[in-house]
Amino acid sequence: MTQLALVIDLNVCVGCHACVTSCKEWNTSGVAGFLSDENPYDKDPTGTFFNRVQTYEVGEFPCTETVHFPKSCLHCEDPPCVPVCPTGASYKRKEDGIVLVDYDKCIGCKYCAWACPYGAREIDEKQQVMKKCTLCVDRIYDQAIPEAQRKPACVVACPTSARLFGDIHDADSEVSRAIRERGGYALMPEWGTEPANHYLPRRKGTVAVDADQVNRIDSPLNVDGRIPGTLAALIAEAQAAADPASAPAGGGR
Amino acid sequence: MHPAFSLIFLTTLIGVAQGLFLAVYSIDVLSRLGLSELPMPSFIVAGCAMSVLFAALGLLASFLHLGRPERAWRAATMWRTSWLSREVIVLPAFLVGVAAYGVSYATGSLWSDLFGVVAVVACVALFVCTGMIYACLRFLQEWASPLTLVNYFMLGCASGCTFATLLSALLAPGYTETLATWAIGLTTAALVVRAAMLARNARLRPKSTVQSAIGVKHPKVQQKSQGAMGGSFNTREFNHGRTRAFLRSIKWAFLLLAFPLPAALLWLGATSGAVAVLALAFAVQYVGLLAERWFFFAQANHPQNLYYQAIS
Amino acid sequence: MDTAAPPPLDLQHDRPAEHEGQAGGSVRTKNTTCYMCACRCGIRVTLRNDEVRYIEGNPDHPLNKGVICAKGASGIMKQYSPARLTKPLLRKPGSERGAAEFEVISWDRAFDLMTERLGKIRSTDPKKFALFTGRDQMQALTGLFARQFGTPNYAAHGGFCSVNMAAGMIYTIGGSFWEFGGPDLDRAKLFVMIGTAEDHHSNPLKMALSKFKRDGGKFISINPVRTGYSAIADEWIPIRPGTDGALMLALCHELIRLGLYDRDFVARYSNAGHLVNIDPDSDSHGMTVGGEGLAHMNPFRQHNQLWWDRHSGKPVVNHSGDSDPQLFGSFRLHDGTPVKPAFQLLAERLVENTPEWAAGITGIPAETIRRLATELGVMARDHRIELPIAWTDSWGKKHDRVTGNPVAFHAMRGLAAHSNGFQTIRALSILMTLLGTIDRPGGFRHKAPYPRGTPPVIARVPNSPDMVKPDTPLGGAPLGFPAGPDDLFIDAEGRPVRIDKAFSWEHPLAVHGMMHNVITNAWRGDPYRIDTLLMFMANMAWNSSMNTSEVRKMLNDKDADGQYKIPFIIVCDAFQSEMCAYADLVLPDTTYLERYDAMSLLDRPISEFDGPCDSVRVPVVPPKGDCKPFQDVVVELASRLKFPAFTAADGSRKFKDYKDFVINFQTAPDSGVGFLAGYRGANGDKALVGEPNPDQWEMYAKNNCVFHYAMPPEHQYMRNWNQGYNDWAVKNKLRMHPDPVVIQLYCEVLQKFRLAAQGKGPSTRRPPEALRERVETYFDPLPFWYSPLEAQATDRERYPLNAVTQRPMAMYHSWDSQNAWLRQIHAHNYLMVNPATAKAAGIADDDWIWVESMHGKVRCLCRYTEAVEPGTVWTWNAIGKAKGAWNLGPQANESQKGFLLNHLISEELPADASGARLSNSDPITGQAGWYDVRVRISKADPGEAKESFPQFESMPAMPGTTPTRRGWQAFFAGKGLATEMSAISRELKKGEPR
Ligand SMILES: Nc1nc2c(c(=O)[nH]1)N[C@H]1C(S)=C(S)[C@@H](COP(=O)(O)OP(=O)(O)OC[C@H]3O[C@@H](n4cnc5c(=O)[nH]c(N)nc54)[C@H](O)[C@@H]3O)O[C@H]1N2
Ligand SMILES: Nc1nc2c(c(=O)[nH]1)N[C@H]1C(S)=C(S)[C@@H](COP(=O)(O)OP(=O)(O)OC[C@H]3O[C@@H](n4cnc5c(=O)[nH]c(N)nc54)[C@H](O)[C@@H]3O)O[C@H]1N2
Ligand code: SF4
Ligand code: SF4
Ligand code: SF4
Ligand code: SF4
Ligand code: SF4
Ligand SMILES: [Mo]
Repeated sequence: MTQLALVIDLNVCVGCHACVTSCKEWNTSGVAGFLSDENPYDKDPTGTFFNRVQTYEVGEFPCTETVHFPKSCLHCEDPPCVPVCPTGASYKRKEDGIVLVDYDKCIGCKYCAWACPYGAREIDEKQQVMKKCTLCVDRIYDQAIPEAQRKPACVVACPTSARLFGDIHDADSEVSRAIRERGGYALMPEWGTEPANHYLPRRKGTVAVDADQVNRIDSPLNVDGRIPGTLAALIAEAQAAADPASAPAGGGR
Repeated sequence: MHPAFSLIFLTTLIGVAQGLFLAVYSIDVLSRLGLSELPMPSFIVAGCAMSVLFAALGLLASFLHLGRPERAWRAATMWRTSWLSREVIVLPAFLVGVAAYGVSYATGSLWSDLFGVVAVVACVALFVCTGMIYACLRFLQEWASPLTLVNYFMLGCASGCTFATLLSALLAPGYTETLATWAIGLTTAALVVRAAMLARNARLRPKSTVQSAIGVKHPKVQQKSQGAMGGSFNTREFNHGRTRAFLRSIKWAFLLLAFPLPAALLWLGATSGAVAVLALAFAVQYVGLLAERWFFFAQANHPQNLYYQAIS
Repeated sequence: MDTAAPPPLDLQHDRPAEHEGQAGGSVRTKNTTCYMCACRCGIRVTLRNDEVRYIEGNPDHPLNKGVICAKGASGIMKQYSPARLTKPLLRKPGSERGAAEFEVISWDRAFDLMTERLGKIRSTDPKKFALFTGRDQMQALTGLFARQFGTPNYAAHGGFCSVNMAAGMIYTIGGSFWEFGGPDLDRAKLFVMIGTAEDHHSNPLKMALSKFKRDGGKFISINPVRTGYSAIADEWIPIRPGTDGALMLALCHELIRLGLYDRDFVARYSNAGHLVNIDPDSDSHGMTVGGEGLAHMNPFRQHNQLWWDRHSGKPVVNHSGDSDPQLFGSFRLHDGTPVKPAFQLLAERLVENTPEWAAGITGIPAETIRRLATELGVMARDHRIELPIAWTDSWGKKHDRVTGNPVAFHAMRGLAAHSNGFQTIRALSILMTLLGTIDRPGGFRHKAPYPRGTPPVIARVPNSPDMVKPDTPLGGAPLGFPAGPDDLFIDAEGRPVRIDKAFSWEHPLAVHGMMHNVITNAWRGDPYRIDTLLMFMANMAWNSSMNTSEVRKMLNDKDADGQYKIPFIIVCDAFQSEMCAYADLVLPDTTYLERYDAMSLLDRPISEFDGPCDSVRVPVVPPKGDCKPFQDVVVELASRLKFPAFTAADGSRKFKDYKDFVINFQTAPDSGVGFLAGYRGANGDKALVGEPNPDQWEMYAKNNCVFHYAMPPEHQYMRNWNQGYNDWAVKNKLRMHPDPVVIQLYCEVLQKFRLAAQGKGPSTRRPPEALRERVETYFDPLPFWYSPLEAQATDRERYPLNAVTQRPMAMYHSWDSQNAWLRQIHAHNYLMVNPATAKAAGIADDDWIWVESMHGKVRCLCRYTEAVEPGTVWTWNAIGKAKGAWNLGPQANESQKGFLLNHLISEELPADASGARLSNSDPITGQAGWYDVRVRISKADPGEAKESFPQFESMPAMPGTTPTRRGWQAFFAGKGLATEMSAISRELKKGEPR
């Protein structure tokens, strides 16, 4: 059984919001109908988005990490939002595990949003139906779109390719490998929702240099006839040799 | 959570309806068992009528909560999984049951026995459904407890019984004292339940933390931006937006208004026979219930709020 | 009105692609180039029923390879912005500037007005017309226009943007970060990013960074603030603003001390071994000593400096035979002249610049500096990259491979936007040179048309007032690279000729002009008054002005006779910006989806490391209303004014419009060089040089709107000294001379100015007495660190904090608040403060606070952050807006809670003893010192208004913009923008101010 999902690599996400607006752009003219905005040019503009990028700070100065954190529906394998829906508008597709809302059935009771611990659902204030990430279901299967682009809009957009897309039930998929090899984890595991989307943690690149690597026989200072020490000493040597020399100071070895 | 007035009215009104019906029905049963004298039929009928009225008002309020009320009928389809769907079925069933019971009682029909039982079953089921709508959301820890159910049940019974006391003072004075005693008893029991709930909730440790929310294990994690500055559905729906002090004052308000004050008024009204005092008792208790329900919603801290702490 | 009822949905039937919304309508795609920012990514626009369905990155574009950013993906909302101007507008007679009261006029009338006014100026005193452009990409055209007009008063945003970065690096290594070069992150293993938040190379840098990290590289960010890119840095080194120079010098100190410099590279390719005359009494003190006999490849630049050959122990002309220079030492030439190699002088300079010294200035522990130096040095030395590519250097030596060191740097305005930036960036360039990472794999790589000389000789600026003549093109390019005092644009008394005082003794190397001083200077009449100021794509009544509140007053200030001090202001903008309010004439521009544009090699192309690359925009949707591309306006005006380059021999106009101009214009008769380098020649089969091709635009359009010329591998590296490349570059007119571009560890150009200040040297020009000491101090041929000028003039006890701004990734300057999607991400801004700093001032998170500098104060909201150095406070740039601007409602967050830091930053330093006021800029390049301001913070009184300060009178909606305020809106391609029109009409009826 297929379970499509996003895997988000926090190690490279720079918080650029490309995934946020490309999602809005794709979906506002997509099967979801439009995604409305309230007060678009006035106080407290607010609108429906399927994906948000948040920022967290970890630690205290100077040991601070800034973590950019994109969040959309996690397409839980055991989605608490689905059974609570009184109309059946919320459902999980068997064939690919995508959790969707049927906007024609939804009565806008918001109960599913209450049942989602992740705050991944947003009601469209104009249409008064519940909306959420569709994993771009109207894009990923659309034969009219070139195959390479047949991925969620946010994935195609992401400049750091921090967003991987694929089947997490296929052990050989890029996403499964990433989860396995780079410590992919789920959000709020305590609720047993088994989110399909996973996150890859930060990793630290390091350069290890120890003191005895510094000095070497082919040091350029040897060419210039200097011994590593203090810069003042290097210069002083030159100074000492300066007068009345017209000959090089120590050179030519 | 952001307390929605439609839901506050829905739950409190149907609570009164259910409690009122149970009180009236109990009187009927008692008298049939010969444990008390026969009541005035007008009291039973009026009680049912009022119960139907309260429940209908509640039903109306529930529509106000829907974004697409014209599609409300669809909500009955998922009764296999959804407590909300079940409530949507049981509430009208209760309404119809009570109405049928009232009408058959008024007409002296033999069916009233059956309808009474049906209505009682629907009534209890409705309590379960309403309670479970909230109690089944396991990560809303303040709600995810049998106490939520019991609380809905007790408060419904208490407020309904208070109203029944008022009704009897008008239509069946003979029962006023009994009903007042019941109402005081139920109110006291409800207070015990509600206090237990408060005590439980005060001791709750949220299972989810910002650390588990974003998966970063460090004692100090703070949100700086939630990705939208003008607010979003998530900031409106899950947040009461009030200060702690306000919350505290609402708590004390309902602890006073929903319990001791109406109990005292009930006692005063029943002993003095002053209808106005009993009317006041119900009014005060109902207002207290509105506050209680507001608090019930506001106190529930949705884990999604971990993602909506700050903007910059 | 519910024009957009929810479209039918078939999701529940699991037939994803077969829903009416998408299948319906005619769908087509068109490629063009994004301009939601200056990065110029290729985009693919899908249209449904001729409306933009979506915009995605063009996967076949070399720059962004299919990715896009938050701004780029919000292009639809730019098209539908209610702030779009659609009509030419003339200020209403009798109304005040700033009040934004306009009447609609026709384009004919607008052209008549401009032709008459500009014609009169041109035939009397051309310098009374000033043309300055902001965040544009049209400098090849606007520069040509100014030059043909004959005015020297032309520049683009560079002076307030990053000229320090351009000049500091070009004068040192012959190229620069920014659009002209960058880090080779494909091969680097260690990457150091300094003072960069969200650069021009927006998407490509992000792509490269993630790949770099995935490949296991270590990314170090040096920045007082940790946001954006720095967030994913493996190590964050917080630094006090304005102190990077000290850090760079200390790193150089360590590299030399430890012998971790790439000696082979430094000796052969820089002027490290050049012998410098150290006789303080000599007229040539501090100049390199030239020898005899080497052929000059460039009449403007000597290449015969002497080395002290370490093999023969004798002075020789550099690179002769098998010679190898002594880098250390002190020598005497046969004529007795005492000399030292430049490297020795550099080392002497660095003696005091120890890590401990730098620690005290930068706030970075000495231990960290030492570790960083060894990491850099050992990585560069021990992880050498070798590519099997044979090449020949400028001195005839054949190399069988290209080598490189995998240490790369990138830096931007965190270094540039300080008044000590030029010397800091010189120090960085020298650090990069010591590590041997200039135009080599794994390090810094140039992009065409760079490298050029240090400095380039391509464009010489006019150097005397006689070069400005009525009805005559300017006697030189308005902008260029002075190589000494003789290239200054001053009069006989040493006074500036340009209105912005660029290329004067105040800012001799102001190679990008000094746009930030234009309004103040013109207002004050110092050096003179002007008549007409034309601003294109510059919001100088807000974001690009320092001292914004005062500048707004100057724009509106009148003489005793009631005439405006700046008599006529023309603004070409696409939106109702703050600047429009101050215009006498407003020209409504198109958006990037509506016009032809050329991103030319003559300006800033999108070249890649492997070769020149330029690109175009082609219209995707028709212009809105009466919008007209500014490019067409320029060509029209130039034709009407009969500029020589725009007029045929018979006096008729040469070019129909901009499209035609780009096809047919050549830099010189039959030069074969035009605005676009691709698809030249009658059939479009020639590259870089070739006759005009009438189908050039169509060919670009067919080829993803780009032209990419990939050079052979042997021309891709070591280009400063790559003979093959340089001969090719001259042949293809990218360079004028094929001489080597020798890295200037020691900068003789600076020494020439210093000598002039000392009354010596090759030039007879001398700085005025008041500036003598300044020139002598700052024109140090060796890099040094000094406290920024503003800080020197500030009581630092009273104003203990540095205040800086940063670019948010999802907003472009001031111009995205009209974008309904983007403004939800950044609706207002906070002052970001370290909790320790805030608490010390009694300020809580979320408090309203006052921020005060010497020059003014603002009220704003405070937000705690652990990601900032405690001595620094920062905010996002240009999120705050003036009330009513951008057609936002008067209660919009941008004006009520957002604020602009610019009110605190002065365009001038405090007056000196004589009362003269110098620009708050780098004394060498005139770069605006944005990030030098010092501030204090305090809690606002709880009784005060909970709104930002200052507030301005609300700007009314300008005629031609779209009225829209309340309610909701939503876009659905093919059905347009649905909005709650009823709310608007209700509002209009009530007569409320819109
Ligand atoms: N405090 C502080 N201030 C700064 C900086 C800082 O770091 N801190 N940075 C400075 C720097 S580096 C720069 S480059 C400047 C930028 O400052 P500006 O050059 O003033 O840039 P914008 O604010 O984007 O304003 C450009 C104008 O172009 C208009 N525009 C947008 N698209 C088009 C179009 O297609 N055609 C036309 N004709 N107009 C268009 C916009 O409406 C806007 O009015 O800001 C400077 N200001
Ligand atoms: N999204 C977006 N992209 C843009 C722009 C935009 O407005 N929006 N503007 C474009 C323009 S015109 C420009 S010029 C570029 C500018 O690109 P950047 O130079 O990246 O832009 P700034 O935001 O000015 O970044 C300055 C950085 O330097 C840091 N800094 C300040 N002072 C110092 C210092 O003394 N030392 C060090 N080490 N760091 C310091 C600041 O904290 C900040 O991170 O961006 C371009 N790209
Ligand atoms: S587009 Fe990619 S890098 Fe940008 S915020 Fe989204 S996930 Fe992060
Ligand atoms: S993230 Fe929320 S909305 Fe999405 S499937 Fe899980 S519970 Fe449902
Ligand atoms: S809001 Fe819609 S999708 Fe959610 S539970 Fe209610 S009916 Fe179902
Ligand atoms: S998968 Fe599609 S719908 Fe989901 S967040 Fe990405 S772009 Fe939006
Ligand atoms: S980086 Fe700039 S040019 Fe590229 S997509 Fe974003 S806004 Fe457009
Ligand atoms: Mo800039």
